[in-house]
Amino acid sequence: MAVDLSSTYFDLFALPQSFQLDLELLDSRYRELQSTVHPDRFVNATDQERRLSMQLATRVNEGYRTLKDPLKRGRYLLELDGYSFDDEQHTTSDSAFLMEQMELREALAEVRAADDPYSRLAGIMDRIAADFDGLTGELQERLGSADKGGTRAAADTLMKMQFFRRLNEEAQELEAALEDELD
Amino acid sequence: MALLQISEPGESTAPHQHRLAAGIDLGTTNSLVASVRSGLAETLADELGEHLLPSVVRYRAEGEPQVGREALSAATRDPLNTIASVKRLMGRGVEDVKGLGAHLPYEFVPGTSAMPLLHTAAGAVSPVEVSAEILKNLKRRAENALGGELRGVVITVPAYFDDAQRQATKDAGRLAGLHVLRLLNEPTAAAVAYGLDQGSEGVTAIYDLGGGTFDISILRLNKGVFEVMSTAGDTALGGDDFDRSVALWIMQQAGIPDDAGHAQMRRLMQVARSAKEALTDASSVEVKVERNDGSHWSGDLTRATFDELCGPLVQKTQGPCRRALRDAGIRAGDVKAVVLVGGSTRVPLVRRRVAEFFDREPLADIDPDKVVAIGAAIQADILAGNKPEDEMLLLDVIPLSLGLETMGGLAEKIIPRNTTIPTARAQEFTTFKDGQTAMSLHVVQGDRELVSDCRSLAKFELHDIPPMTAGAARIRVTFQVDADGLLSVTAEEQVRGVKSSIEVKPSYGLSDSEIEHMLKDSIAHAQEDMEARRLREQQVEADRVLEALQAALADDGDKILTGQERVVIDTAARQLGAARDGSDPQAIKRAIEAVEAASSDYVARRMNTSIREAMAGHRVDEFKST
Repeated sequence: MAVDLSSTYFDLFALPQSFQLDLELLDSRYRELQSTVHPDRFVNATDQERRLSMQLATRVNEGYRTLKDPLKRGRYLLELDGYSFDDEQHTTSDSAFLMEQMELREALAEVRAADDPYSRLAGIMDRIAADFDGLTGELQERLGSADKGGTRAAADTLMKMQFFRRLNEEAQELEAALEDELD
Repeated sequence: MALLQISEPGESTAPHQHRLAAGIDLGTTNSLVASVRSGLAETLADELGEHLLPSVVRYRAEGEPQVGREALSAATRDPLNTIASVKRLMGRGVEDVKGLGAHLPYEFVPGTSAMPLLHTAAGAVSPVEVSAEILKNLKRRAENALGGELRGVVITVPAYFDDAQRQATKDAGRLAGLHVLRLLNEPTAAAVAYGLDQGSEGVTAIYDLGGGTFDISILRLNKGVFEVMSTAGDTALGGDDFDRSVALWIMQQAGIPDDAGHAQMRRLMQVARSAKEALTDASSVEVKVERNDGSHWSGDLTRATFDELCGPLVQKTQGPCRRALRDAGIRAGDVKAVVLVGGSTRVPLVRRRVAEFFDREPLADIDPDKVVAIGAAIQADILAGNKPEDEMLLLDVIPLSLGLETMGGLAEKIIPRNTTIPTARAQEFTTFKDGQTAMSLHVVQGDRELVSDCRSLAKFELHDIPPMTAGAARIRVTFQVDADGLLSVTAEEQVRGVKSSIEVKPSYGLSDSEIEHMLKDSIAHAQEDMEARRLREQQVEADRVLEALQAALADDGDKILTGQERVVIDTAARQLGAARDGSDPQAIKRAIEAVEAASSDYVARRMNTSIREAMAGHRVDEFKST
C-alpha cells in the first residue's frame, strides 16, 4: 500500500471544491500539512518513511501552488470536471480581446523610448493586472454554471488569462532589464 | 545578546537524552561550528579560544594536512600546497576554474571526472577532499567541546549554490564522517537565529554580503514556519571587491604601476582591507605602503573617499534585491525586518544603503560572522530530535531554474526558480527519428535561455526505448528535488510502459564509488579497521530504525494494527535487535530490510492517518466556531 495520492488537492487541504477560496485558510492549512509531512519531521525515521514524507511534502507543495493561483486553480477545477485541455485548439474569435492584446504589446515595445519608461511600464502593468482581475471574476461566474456551455466558456476565459499572465511576465522581464541597465 | 551566553561550567545534559548535534558554517574565508547547549545556541571555540577557523588547508609530503591558522600562516611560504577559498571551487568544472585562474595560485591537474584536482605535496586532491579536512577539524572541535560523538550536523550553503555545489558540499560532509541532517541555506539559517529569538512574524529580508558573494533572501515567518519566498544574488560580489577598489586607489595615489606583481598586489590588498576595517569606526585612516623600489608613500583615506570608491559596488546589490522582491510578489515597504549577515555588512556605507533601500534600520544584534552557524545549530538541534514539541519548520526554495537542453541549444525550464522544495515536475519528450531506441538528456540549471549560459549538471542516456515511428514514443522525464535542494532525475517510456535505464553522471561531483574509494583511503590512512567501521555504521542505522519504529508503535501501533499484523512487525524488530548485537554487518542490513518490508504497510497507513487527523482537527474547530 502506498500513501494516498489519489485524493484531490481540495480534499488534501480539507477545503470545499470551489473556485472561491479562503486564501488565508489555504495558507494555514498548508503550514499545518507541511508541519505533519515535511522531511524535516522524518530525519531520524526509516528510509521508507523518509521517501513517503518527500512524496507527500512534494504533493502538498504542488497542491498549494495550484490552489493559490486563480489561473492554475481554474484549470485544475476544469480538469477535475473531466475537461481535457490537450485536444483543445486555444484560439479565440473575441476581436476586442485580440485588439487589446495587440495594443498592450505595442505599448510594451514603446516603453524604452518613453521619457519616463518606469511610469509608462507601471501604467501598463496596472492595466494588465486590472484585466487579469476582471477575467478572474468572469471565470468564477462561468465556473459556477454547471452546463457544458459554461465549461467551454470558462476554458475560453482561462485562455485569455493565460495571455495576460504571459504579457505580465514579459513586462516584468522588461522591468528587470531596465533596472539592470540602471546599475 | 541572549543567544551568545556561555553555559555554566560543568553543566551537561545526559548523553542518551540529548543527541549531540551541531551547525556548521563552511565559509569561503572562515568556518565555524555551533551547538545548542542548555537551550542556548553558541559557537564553539578551539583550544586557543578562537571561534573562527580560517578555511585554509595545507598539504605536506608527510603527515596529516594542517588546517586553519597554522595553514594560513604558511600560505605565503608555501602557496602551492596551501589551499584557501576552496569553497569557490566546490562543484566547479575545469573550465569554470580557468575563469577564476587569475586569482588562484594553485596547480590544477585533470582528474577522471570533469572535476579539477589540485596538485599538492601530498598528491592530487579534489576540492571536496579539501573541504572535508576543514569539516573534520570542526567535527573534532565539536566532539571535544560537547564530550561525545556527533549524531548529526546541518551544513550551511549560500542560497545561490546550484545543485553541483550542494552535492559537493554534502559529499564533503560524508567524507568527513559526518551524518548530514540537512543542507541549509545561509540566509535561512540567519533568519532562524533571529526569528526564534525575537518571535517576529511577517516578511523578513536577509541581506548577506560576504567576502566573495552576495545573497538576498525574502522570507515569511508565520507561527514558527519559515517560508522562503524568493532568493537572488551575485556569486562574484563581496568585500574582496571593496579591497580591490581601495588597492587600486592606493596604487593611483602612490604612483605604483599596474603591473605591480603578485606579491606587491597581495600586500596592497592586505593594506586595503585593514584600511576598510578601520573605516568602520574612524572617519579617516592613514595608509602607508612601500613601493617596489623601497621608497614609501603615505596618505589619508577618508570615509567619504572610500564611499565614493565602493558606492558602485554596493549599488550592484540592489539589482538582486529588486529581483527578489519582484519574485516574491511584494514591495520593499512590505518588508518588516532586514537582517544583516556577513562581515562586509559592517561597512557603514552598506548599512546606510540597505536602510535607504528598505526604508528601515537593519538588524545586526547577532555577530554577522556567527549568525549563520548559530541558526544552523538551532536547526540541527531540532532535526536531531531534541525538541520534539518545537513547531519550527523551514520551507526553502530552489534558487535557480532547472531544465533540459532542447533543440538548438536552448534550455527548457522544468522547475522554475523559487519553487518551494521538495518538489517534482514531469515533462514528456518524444523521439525525432524512426526506430530511435536511445536518447540523450542534458540537465542544466540557470535562468538564461541558452544552454551555454546555464550550468551543466548532468548528461545521461536513455536506452531500450521500443523502436517506433518518430514522435510516437512518449518519454516522461521526472525531476525530483529533495529538501536539501538536491536533484534526481528518472525517465520512463509511457506508451509501452518500459521503465528505461538511466545513468546520471554528475558533471562535477563525485560518484558514489569515488566517495567509497576515498573513504577507504582515508580510513586506511587513519589505520582504522574498515570492517569495524561498516559494522558500526549498520549498528547506528539499526538503532535509528528500531528507535523510529518503537516510537511509532508506542504512539499508534494498537490503534492502526491488528494483533496479527503487530506480531509480524514485532518479530522482525526482535530479529533486528538480535542481529544488531551480533558482529555481521550484512546480517544487520538484511534484518533492517526485513523490518522495513514488514512495516511498510503500517508506515503508509500511519502517514495517511496523521494527515487526516491534522485536517480533521480543523474541521471540528470550524464546526465549533460557527
